Amino acid sequence: MKSFTSAPYFTALVTVALLVALLLAGGAAYPGFLSLQVMLNLLIDNAFLLVIAIGMSFVILSGGIDLSVGSVLALTTMVAAWLLQTAHWPPTAVIVAVLAMGAAFGALQGVMIHYFKLQAFIVTLGGMFLARGLCYLISINSITIEDPAFVTLSQAQIFIFDAFVSPGVLISVAMLVLAIFVAHFTPFGRAVYAIGGNEQSAQMMGLAVGRTRVAIYAISGFCAALGGVLFSFYMLSGYGLHAQGTELDAIAAVVIGGTLLSGGYGYVAGALSGVLVLGAIQTLIAFDGTLSSWWTKIVIGALLFIFCVVQRLLSARSKETT
Amino acid sequence: MNAQTLPVPLAASRYGSIMTHALFKPSAALAVLLLIDLIFIPGFFSLEVKDGHLYGSLIDIVNRAAPLMLAALGMTVVIATRGIDISVGAQVALSGTVACMLIAGGTPMPAALAAAIGAALLCGAWNGLLVAALKLQPIVATLILMVAGRGLAQLLTDGQIITVYYQPYFFIGSGYLLGLPFSLYIVAAVFAVVALMMKKTALGLFIQSVGINPVAARLAGLRTATLIFFTYVFCAACAGLAGLMISSNIKSADANNAGLLLELDAILAVTLGGTSLAGGKFSLAGSVIGALIIQTLTYTIYSLGVPPEVNMVVKSLVVFAVCLSQSAEFKNLWKRRK
Repeated sequence: MKSFTSAPYFTALVTVALLVALLLAGGAAYPGFLSLQVMLNLLIDNAFLLVIAIGMSFVILSGGIDLSVGSVLALTTMVAAWLLQTAHWPPTAVIVAVLAMGAAFGALQGVMIHYFKLQAFIVTLGGMFLARGLCYLISINSITIEDPAFVTLSQAQIFIFDAFVSPGVLISVAMLVLAIFVAHFTPFGRAVYAIGGNEQSAQMMGLAVGRTRVAIYAISGFCAALGGVLFSFYMLSGYGLHAQGTELDAIAAVVIGGTLLSGGYGYVAGALSGVLVLGAIQTLIAFDGTLSSWWTKIVIGALLFIFCVVQRLLSARSKETT
Repeated sequence: MNAQTLPVPLAASRYGSIMTHALFKPSAALAVLLLIDLIFIPGFFSLEVKDGHLYGSLIDIVNRAAPLMLAALGMTVVIATRGIDISVGAQVALSGTVACMLIAGGTPMPAALAAAIGAALLCGAWNGLLVAALKLQPIVATLILMVAGRGLAQLLTDGQIITVYYQPYFFIGSGYLLGLPFSLYIVAAVFAVVALMMKKTALGLFIQSVGINPVAARLAGLRTATLIFFTYVFCAACAGLAGLMISSNIKSADANNAGLLLELDAILAVTLGGTSLAGGKFSLAGSVIGALIIQTLTYTIYSLGVPPEVNMVVKSLVVFAVCLSQSAEFKNLWKRRK
C-alpha cells in the first residue's frame, strides 16, 4: 500500500478518480448529465485551456512558471483579428504568423530568465502586462472576425456516434499526444525533467540547460498562441479582455493534474485530467442552475488546497522513507 | 543577491556613497518622472488651498497611491523572507466587502472596521499556516486564496456592488485632516510603526536573516516558522486597510474589481524599491517610493494625453528594465562589450 501511494502516478490517479466521482455525482443528480454530448462539450469548451495547460506543464515540470499565457492568448486573438479584418491576410498566413509570434514571445522570456538569471515569476509577470498592453494598442474594442475560413471552422462539427466535437478539440488532442511523446520519449523531454529535478545536476550531466529552458518557454508561448487561435475559432473575435485569469486556471489544472510545482515530478497527461476536473465543476454548477458562478472559484480554490496538501504529505513521507 | 555584492570601484567616495545608496536608483527614477512632469505638464507642482484642504496634482498622486503604498509595505516584509503573497487583491476585495456590507446593514462603524480587518487577518493567518506550517511554496499557497478569496467576496455580495451612504466611512479614503488626505496619515502611521520595529528591535535583522538563509537562521535559534507566519498576517492587515481605503474612496464595495491585479502592482513597487525578490535585504522606504513611481507614471501618462492603453506597455517595459538593472549577468555583458 505504501509503495502504491508513493508511486509517481498516485496523485495522477487520484485526479482521475476525482473526475469519475464528479461525473458520476453529476449523473446521479441530473438526468442527461452523463450523455456523450455533455462529455464532449467538456472538451469543446476547454480545448484552448487544455492546449495552454500542456505548455504550462512543460514550464512547471522544469521548475518554472509562466504567468503570461492568458495575455499571450488575448494578444493572439487580437493580432489574428486585426490581420484578418484590417490587413486582409489569408487565414493560413495569419495562423502561422501568430503561432510564430507566440513562440518568439515565449523564447524571449526564456532568454531573459536563463541568461540574465531573472526570476521566471517576475519576467513572465512583465510579459503579462506587455502582451495585454499590446492588445489595447491595436484596439481597445473587440474586433469581430468575419473571415469565411474562421467562421467555417468555428461552426464545423465532427460527428462521433450521435454527438459531435469541434475542430479545436481534435487540434488540442493531437497537441496532447505530441506533447506526451515529446515529454516522455525524447531526450528533450528527459532534459526538462532533469532541469526540474535539479538544475545544477542537469548542468553537470552536460545537458544543454540554457537551450532547453528557452525551448520550454517557447513551447509555452506557442501553446498560448495555439490556444489563442482555438479561442478565436470559439469566440470569432479578438479582444484585449479575453481570457483574463487563464494563466491561473492553467496552473490550477496542472497542479490538480498531479504535477508538483517545484518541478521534475508529474505527467503532461495530467493537464487533461486537471482541465477536465475544472470543466466538470463548471458544468455541474451550470447544470444546478441555482449556484452562482463564483462557486466555481471557491471550489477550485478548495481543490487546489486539497491537492497541494496531499502532494506535500506524500512528498514529505517519501523523503522519510528514502 | 547580485547587485549588492558587486564591487563598485568608484573614485569619488562621497558621490560614490550617494550613488550606491540603496534608495538612490528608485529616488532617481522618481525624480526623472517628476522632472518630465515639470517640463510637460503646466502647473504640475502648484498647490492651492480650497475649503481648508490642499489641492494639486502631487496631493492627488499621493492620495491615490496610498492603498498601493500600504500593500507594498506588507508585501516587502513577505518578500524579505523569500515569500510572495499573490492574494493581496482578493484580501482587498474581501475586507472592503465585509466593511461595506456591515455598514450598509447598520452595524456601528468601529465594529464593521474591526470585522473587515479581522477577515483580512484570518486570510493572512491562513496563508501563513500554509507557508510556515505546511511548507507549501508561497506562490501556490497564496494562489489558493487568490482564486477562492474573490469568490468568497462575490458570494457575500451575491456579485452585486454594495453602495454605502454612511458619511463617516468616507473619511478613511477621501477625508482630509489638517489639510492633507487622511489616507496619508494611515500610511505614515503604518510606515512609522513598522520602520521603528525593524530598526529599533531585532525584528528587521531576524526577517533579513530568514530571507538570506532560512536554514542557517533556524539553526541559529530563530523561530523561523513563527516569523514567516506573522509576515503573512502583517501583509494581510495592510491589504485589509488598503481595502477599507479603496472601498471608502469609491463609496462602495465591488467584489469583482476591487484590488484586481493590486498584488502585481505591489510586487512591482517592491521590486522598483530595490528589494530583491530572492529575499534578504529589503527597504520599506524603497517600496513606498516604488509605489509613488507607479502612481506618478500612471498620472503622467494620463496627463500627457498618451492613450491610457499605453500604460500597461510602459509598466511592462519598466519591469524589464528594473529586472535587467538588477541582473549581474546583464551588467557583465555590457562590461565585456566595452
